[in-house]
Amino acid sequence: MMNEQRLLTIKNLQIEGWQEEKWKPVVKGIDLHLNRGEVLGLIGESGAGKSTIGLAAMGYARKGCRISGGSINFHGKELREASERELENIRGVKIAYVAQSAAASFNPSHQLMTQFAEIPLEHGLMTQAEARQKAVNLYTRLFLPDPEGIGFRYPHQVSGGQLQRAMVAMAMACDPDIIVFDEPTTALDVTTQIEVLSAIKDVVRQSNCAAIYITHDLAVVAQLADRIMVLQNGLEVEEGDARSMLHAPKQEYTARLLAVRRVIKEARPPVEEEPLMRVEHITAAYKNGPSILHDVSFNVHRGRTVAVVGESGSGKTSVARVITGFLPQSEGMIYFDGIEMSPLLKHRDKNRLRKWQMIFQMPDVAINPRHKVKEIIGRPISFYYGLGKKQVGKRVGELLDMIELDTGYLDRYPSELSGGEKQRICIARALAASPELIICDEITSALDQLVAEEILKLLQRLQDELNMSYLFITHDLATVKAIADDVVVMYQGRVVEQGPRQTVFTPPHHEYTELLLSSVPEMDPDWLDNLLKKREQKEMNK
Amino acid sequence: MKNMIKLLKTSPVSARFGLIVITLSLVVALLAPILAPYGQSEIVSDVWLSPSYDYPLGTDQLGRDMLTRLIYGARNSIFIAFTTTMIAFGLGAILGLIAATTGGWLDILLSRIVDIFMAFPTLILALMILSVLGTSIPVLIVVVALLDSTRVFRLARALAMDIAIMEFVDAARLRGEKTLYIVWREILPNALPALIAEFGLRFCFIFLFISSLSFLGLGIQPPTADWGSMVRENSGAMNFGILCPLYPAATIALLTVSINLVVDWFLHRSAQIRA
Repeated sequence: MMNEQRLLTIKNLQIEGWQEEKWKPVVKGIDLHLNRGEVLGLIGESGAGKSTIGLAAMGYARKGCRISGGSINFHGKELREASERELENIRGVKIAYVAQSAAASFNPSHQLMTQFAEIPLEHGLMTQAEARQKAVNLYTRLFLPDPEGIGFRYPHQVSGGQLQRAMVAMAMACDPDIIVFDEPTTALDVTTQIEVLSAIKDVVRQSNCAAIYITHDLAVVAQLADRIMVLQNGLEVEEGDARSMLHAPKQEYTARLLAVRRVIKEARPPVEEEPLMRVEHITAAYKNGPSILHDVSFNVHRGRTVAVVGESGSGKTSVARVITGFLPQSEGMIYFDGIEMSPLLKHRDKNRLRKWQMIFQMPDVAINPRHKVKEIIGRPISFYYGLGKKQVGKRVGELLDMIELDTGYLDRYPSELSGGEKQRICIARALAASPELIICDEITSALDQLVAEEILKLLQRLQDELNMSYLFITHDLATVKAIADDVVVMYQGRVVEQGPRQTVFTPPHHEYTELLLSSVPEMDPDWLDNLLKKREQKEMNK
Repeated sequence: MKNMIKLLKTSPVSARFGLIVITLSLVVALLAPILAPYGQSEIVSDVWLSPSYDYPLGTDQLGRDMLTRLIYGARNSIFIAFTTTMIAFGLGAILGLIAATTGGWLDILLSRIVDIFMAFPTLILALMILSVLGTSIPVLIVVVALLDSTRVFRLARALAMDIAIMEFVDAARLRGEKTLYIVWREILPNALPALIAEFGLRFCFIFLFISSLSFLGLGIQPPTADWGSMVRENSGAMNFGILCPLYPAATIALLTVSINLVVDWFLHRSAQIRA
């Protein structure tokens, strides 16, 4: 009985990657099976091998990788022995793939419909008219607006969430037996993520296919998967039924992944002293464009953390750009330490620039790949304080110690560091100036959850020791809970709600805050269903 | 020094080959008067003789020893092309990087000047300037370098545009760094691999460009030997099935290929640092 439903059996899968002129194991013996109607969640940090396994399920290895051992059996056919021709007839037809970034996966110069029809036409499975019919049908099922017409738009004419759903539709064009979802919602806002998640869930349920869902976010996979497999460094940590795993993880690693979103900073009472920075009635626009910030005001107090939250396009990053002087405001004023700040970066003097530093979203591009760690951290010290080589070296050592790295890192290039280590170096560079305020722009969003948690802990410790203020720009409410004292919620360039965290996060909320808060996935497998039911009811009541 | 040896030990065969050819050419160029069997412009025999014991590569269109001319040619060709390329790069790259980093009126001004220069065919412009200024070797070097620096400027500017929007440059600006520091320490190291790749190619182009100028009588003046003009001068020999023009052609090809082999190796290595 079981074997009839069995679609995919992977046994002892081994994959190697070409690194430093050698083949190194990436996936070290994974067993996996998938039955019809089932969703398997693959979770793990980056480098765990989850995407590589996802692609291997199609008998495919990325450039620079090779499948070196084990078997991949699809419908009784061994994919490792299949010819290119046979594989072509399986990929995209029987097994489809949905990539992380739909924006990067669509060809920007063709209409969605043309791209949808490409595979069915290529394989002679449908006529043009049938493909069109099918597309409209799928667009409807995925709740895309205007399903009849949306296919004639180009990728840039639809939103990110819609594009991701269009990509799911494309994957389902030939009614595949298996769909591999590779982090399909990671690049989306929480509010948009909900749309895509619920669309995927419905479609997979209705079409009775099987799916592999790859993500680093346990809460997301909890909503979709029947079974979950946890991976670490190319090895299986544990595998089991989704509900029981979330309820009682067997391995310590899984337990840590589960706990990661539950860090909550102790509430501190609001202070009444003169704020370190006052942002007053800022309005700003990019060259001749419409205003993207409208009358934004908030304060940052000494030794406290202010989080600016909102989805992409809410203007939260623009706020940081105005404060740093990259985007001069058209109205309003910023006061730092009671003194007016010139809107233009080049009019600000060095001694004042020292007092606020910034940490960027992508540690990969925020540090010069051609500089060694000691140059990266040492430069602000010699630049602001004009110290000699010896003193700079000593201070760099102290800073490395503060960010919990040893002096062995001094001579390394950024490419020899992990993502988390790079972000630590960025923190050290900011600290090197001994600033009073650090602006953190989405600094954890490019990191794995466990690493991000470490970074947040480090920042909190540094704040306690050095009494700095942080301005945290983020879309992630778990981060806000973990670090913020005060919260500023932004929507469409305006501040919709602000105040101490406990106040903002306790009802009654502003409508948008409510939407934002309720959209954060929880570790409860029924969370998505319950939420959708609740929202439906609300609509009905209206 | 130790690092250099270690580096050479890990180099692939192609790069080693390139390095050997380049070193050999440089040695030959430096020691030309000692190595050459005859004088540079000494007429030793009949025109277009076949190779023999006395004239290992035969003689050229005036009866001069081919091997001698090749050895002296190495000296002139490599020296002139190398100096020209260096000047073109120094000028073009620095201005291009600064233009992209500062932007504004400086960028507009420099870019338009470059556009004006590029609007004329290089060869015709070079002919015009050289016929006004005369044809000494220093003038030749400066004129060709200036004209070629426009190409380097465009490349350097395009490269720097991409790098200047990276966040580590933003970080330096936020710190309050001066433009020169940003260009020199933040942008240049990242633009360098592409610039060096271009250097290999540019060197070859300049080599050939100078030989075309020589052919037209405005480049290196006879009887000074240079590989490019030797190909042109002897090209008539092809009609008689004599291999004479192929020797200088082969040395040009060998040297340019070798330079590019080394450049490729360098690029491969720097890509590894970055990744």
